[in-house]
Amino acid sequence: MTNRTVSGTSVFETGVSGPRASVSKGGGLAAPAVLVMFCAAVLVPFLSLLLASVQPAGTPLTGLALPKDGIHLENFVHAWSAAGFGSLLRSSAVIALAVVPAAVVCATLAGYALATMDVPGGGAFYGYLLLGLAIPTEVTVIPLYYDLRALGLTDTVQGLALAEIAAFMPFGVFWMRAHFLTMPRALIEAARLDGASSWSVLWRVLMPNSRPAVTTLGVLYFVWSWNQFLLPLILVQDPSRRTAPAGLGFFTGQYDVDVPLLAAATLIVIAPVVAVYLFFQRHFINGVLSGALKG
Amino acid sequence: MTATTHPTPDRTVGPVRARAIGARPPRAPGRARTLRRRRRAVALLYLLPALLPYTLFAVAPALHTAYLSLFDWDGVTLPSFVGGANYRRVLTDPQLRAAAWHAGALIVFFSVLPICLGLVAAAIVARRPGRRGTSAVRTLLFLPQVVPLVAVAVIWRWVYADDGTLNQALRALGLGSLADSWLGSFTWALPAVGLIGTWVVAGLCMVLFLSGTQRIDREIYEAARMDGAGPVREFWSVTVPLLRPEIAVALSITVIAALSSFDLIYITTGGGPGNSTVVPGVLIYRLAFGGGQVGLASALAVVLTLVISAAVLVINRLAREAP
Repeated sequence: MTNRTVSGTSVFETGVSGPRASVSKGGGLAAPAVLVMFCAAVLVPFLSLLLASVQPAGTPLTGLALPKDGIHLENFVHAWSAAGFGSLLRSSAVIALAVVPAAVVCATLAGYALATMDVPGGGAFYGYLLLGLAIPTEVTVIPLYYDLRALGLTDTVQGLALAEIAAFMPFGVFWMRAHFLTMPRALIEAARLDGASSWSVLWRVLMPNSRPAVTTLGVLYFVWSWNQFLLPLILVQDPSRRTAPAGLGFFTGQYDVDVPLLAAATLIVIAPVVAVYLFFQRHFINGVLSGALKG
Repeated sequence: MTATTHPTPDRTVGPVRARAIGARPPRAPGRARTLRRRRRAVALLYLLPALLPYTLFAVAPALHTAYLSLFDWDGVTLPSFVGGANYRRVLTDPQLRAAAWHAGALIVFFSVLPICLGLVAAAIVARRPGRRGTSAVRTLLFLPQVVPLVAVAVIWRWVYADDGTLNQALRALGLGSLADSWLGSFTWALPAVGLIGTWVVAGLCMVLFLSGTQRIDREIYEAARMDGAGPVREFWSVTVPLLRPEIAVALSITVIAALSSFDLIYITTGGGPGNSTVVPGVLIYRLAFGGGQVGLASALAVVLTLVISAAVLVINRLAREAP
């Protein structure tokens, strides 16, 4: 299941930039034209959003047009404070801070055990975890709401965080197991012969060499947690505890929404996740591509 | 070494253990067995932090949904057992069948269209010698993957609005008569929403296929050209067959996204106008949290999960068969 294809990050490290072998002539202007078209298609909607966010408050939708009387950044201030997106961002950050480290640690421990230890029924446990990859949120969210409410966990950080950790676990275990399988066995054996326990083999020997894999998983988890919509929409009913995307969803649904204000709010909601993406872009892209291919 | 919770260092796993035992017979078989048992117990302890939340907050709820699907329940009063009645309704109710149709149509927009676009684009770009775009292009093409779908939906509502970017462009081209309020139209709402999905995943598909073409040996292309294959022949005979694993991956990701779509539809159209864009995800939400039909919503969720699992299974099976 795991080593079916090329995977190996080396293929992706070079990404789309330059093959070394040259190819016979062909393409000409077609290749740049295709790239420009794809990039423009991605950019235009974002550009509309950006332009809408700097129009004077109360401006109706204007499409691709610059504001006539200068750039209005006060929309961002209003969205942050008056519309409450500052505190929505804080709730989302709290959830992500609860989910990402816990999920990464759980996935690492399980991936380590499945890759290097003699787990009784290991294959069955692994299959059981992989099943989760085909479980859509729609099928878990109904009882989650009623059960968490019975436990008093709706509207809490713990309730939402546990639901997200559970949903993210299959990919994480799969990812970390695949990573630990690529580690040289001799490294582990040597440490064991030196008297290291399984615990210190993991933390002293393997983890210092696992930073790329762990970073990638952390970045993916952050993006997924930040963007999660259905779970917070249902598990968090208290408006003051909503996450940013859920808050944006409610805000959008209101009548008479001020277009520049909503545009500014949207930019505020996507800013953290885009920042993390830009900072860790290689990790993110490699994670999505090779994670998918290993599956 | 007398660690109580960790296995002793000289007892290792897998093939290496077999060698160790062969080389140095255990002095006390009873002790070896205890150690082995303890080591396996420790391995289970490592699994527990992952298994526990996964079982309690993903698997148990999924099973609970399957259980609820056998009842008629409004979420408040006592549920009453109805057996397979909810499933019969899932298969016969016109609204639920419409949702299934729309999910199928979304596969065209979320999977078929982006994969075709991505394949053609990757093939054209890969033919070009030298640099195939920079990492900046790759970063940009991946951007729609990163932005929350709620934000994507907000952005596209404005692109499709009466005075939005799309109609503005049509008017600028002198095609103002074609302008429409796309998301409010019974005819256009579904394709309009579908094309948002195309926009989200087309870049991912293209980058995936481009990195796949790097794996293909240059000599295969050279040989194809020596045999007189043109760009079209080369596309069908070399690029597409050899990108099989990547195509399978793209199909799995996008088919799951199409079938379980919720965020995009919920924000752009909410399933409307009428029921013209209603999909299973939106219907499950409506029935369970607004319509007081928790049992029916659960049955629909179970069927959706089975369809998704079957689709992923079929795609993987097809990918593994020899071309």
